[in-house]
Amino acid sequence: MENKNILMQADHSRSRLMKEKAFLWIVVFFSVITISPIILIIWRLIQKGIHQLSFSFLSKTTPDAFEAMTAVAAGERIPGGIVNGITGTLLMVALAAIIAIPTGLISGIYLYENPGKRLANLIRNVADILQGVPSIVLGLISYLWVVRYVTQGFSALAGSVALSIMMLPMIVRSTEETLKMIPITIKEAALALGVPYHKVILRVLIPTSFSGLSTGILLGISRIIGETAPLMLTALGSTAINWDITKPTSAIPLLVWEFYNNPYMVDMIWTSSLLLMIIVLSFNLMSKQIGTKRK
Amino acid sequence: MGNENIISVNNPILSVRNLTVAYDHVPAVKDVTVDFKKNSVTAIMGPSGCGKSTLLRAFNRMHELYENIETTGTILMGDVDIMKMPTIKVRRRMGMVFQRPNPFPTMSIYDNVISGYKLNGIPLKKSDKDEIVERSLSDVALWDEVKDSLNKKGTFLSGGQQQRLCIARALAFNPEIILLDEPTSALDPIATSKIEDLVVKLKENYTIIMVTHNMSQAARISDYSLFMYLGELVEYNKTKIMFTNPKDRRTEEYLTGKFG
Ligand SMILES: Nc1ncnc2c1ncn2[C@@H]1O[C@H](COP(=O)(O)OP(=O)(O)O)[C@@H](O)[C@H]1O
Ligand SMILES: [Mg+2]
Repeated sequence: MENKNILMQADHSRSRLMKEKAFLWIVVFFSVITISPIILIIWRLIQKGIHQLSFSFLSKTTPDAFEAMTAVAAGERIPGGIVNGITGTLLMVALAAIIAIPTGLISGIYLYENPGKRLANLIRNVADILQGVPSIVLGLISYLWVVRYVTQGFSALAGSVALSIMMLPMIVRSTEETLKMIPITIKEAALALGVPYHKVILRVLIPTSFSGLSTGILLGISRIIGETAPLMLTALGSTAINWDITKPTSAIPLLVWEFYNNPYMVDMIWTSSLLLMIIVLSFNLMSKQIGTKRK
Repeated sequence: MGNENIISVNNPILSVRNLTVAYDHVPAVKDVTVDFKKNSVTAIMGPSGCGKSTLLRAFNRMHELYENIETTGTILMGDVDIMKMPTIKVRRRMGMVFQRPNPFPTMSIYDNVISGYKLNGIPLKKSDKDEIVERSLSDVALWDEVKDSLNKKGTFLSGGQQQRLCIARALAFNPEIILLDEPTSALDPIATSKIEDLVVKLKENYTIIMVTHNMSQAARISDYSLFMYLGELVEYNKTKIMFTNPKDRRTEEYLTGKFG
């Protein structure tokens, strides 16, 4: 029986080798297909966006339509920049993070501590459902709650609420998963020293899982930075720098959409997208960096 | 309790009366009554799953952290019921060392030693901290090895050093009793013998209760031995007597290697 098997293997070894080779090429082929979009995107953005990138692009507000039209007609660089979008993104993302991080951490800790409880299952399911809700719907919800009743008009706050709902489930689940990875022996070591339960969580579990928690938060942030749809219905946009959370506010992705709709500003899409891409990628890289640091 | 297999001890430091511990209503420790002698090493032996850890963890009330565990019976330290003491006091008077070394991974060696104070928010002067760290690390024969790297993470140490660090962490609180749950089962023979030497030395100042499923270890370092089987305390005696002249057939079978 055994001998027969070996013989059969020898017979098949040639065709097997060919199969393995073919398989390898298929893998390479599809890998290239997978990574080529990102490379093409970055290449294209640099190619088309780099010549608009300048100090004034980062420090001036968006030009009005007439200025842009004159510049394009004269064959000049479009004046102005996107600083109102940069500050708006900063404001709204920071506010969304301030709402979502504490809420998400506390819910995640609750899930970890009470895995079987009914409320925990409810939270877990809601988080999973929220993760699948289209972002435009979250914008609509924030419109109904915040724009209509809280700020009575389009506002940065409304944008942040939509973004925070988007970020929340990611933080909840990553907090729970990260805490679950801490060996129970670490927790018991603290309890055996008489440390009260809430201090074990605050002073042992959270510091021990710090890198995992920050990875989740950074990924959540990088996820919401580029969101456009929920902001259209909530923050609306603004041509001036605005730090008032109750007023309409711009954001980089909103500007990309506005530039697209204005034939004289189309060129600014590329530079804005390039900037957005750089920001999102750096958040991604940061979270990877922290992720690999933990042994 | 009228059981000739179980000796009584004068002036016990810890008295356990009719202790039963159940997981989800299934008892894992059944009606155990035993007294522990001060400044001695007592080994808790028995085959895997017989309830050794469960018994040990009842002493410093670790079970009350879990909802599915039910403990009945009385445990006295001196004449005080430990159930009536604040948790922190019980755990300060009884340090615990676990099977796997578990220093806090975010803390330095120095901070690990005084972690009981730090985590409980007990303020200490810098000079007191230094003194406690040096004394505790010297007590576990680790001071000379780590005195130049106190700021390194505790997890950088070898397994045996980590386990001694964990014992130092327990000693830093000045406990009366040290509970050890198979402290050498994850260690190599050299690290194991260092811990064994340490345990024998520590009984001058502390009372040691140590779970082991290694009979020769129990024979080497313990003064008293306690044999458990299926959650019951089968036999309790001076180690020398128990190993040479076991009273119960099950003890004899265990010690001669018939099971476990
Ligand atoms: N957390 C737990 N939940 C349910 N049953 C447990 C738990 N821990 C231990 N047990 C059961 O209790 C019995 C005694 O376990 P343990 O005290 O750990 O034994 P030992 O330390 O002697 O190996 C075993 O049957 C084990 O399966
Ligand atoms: Mg055990």
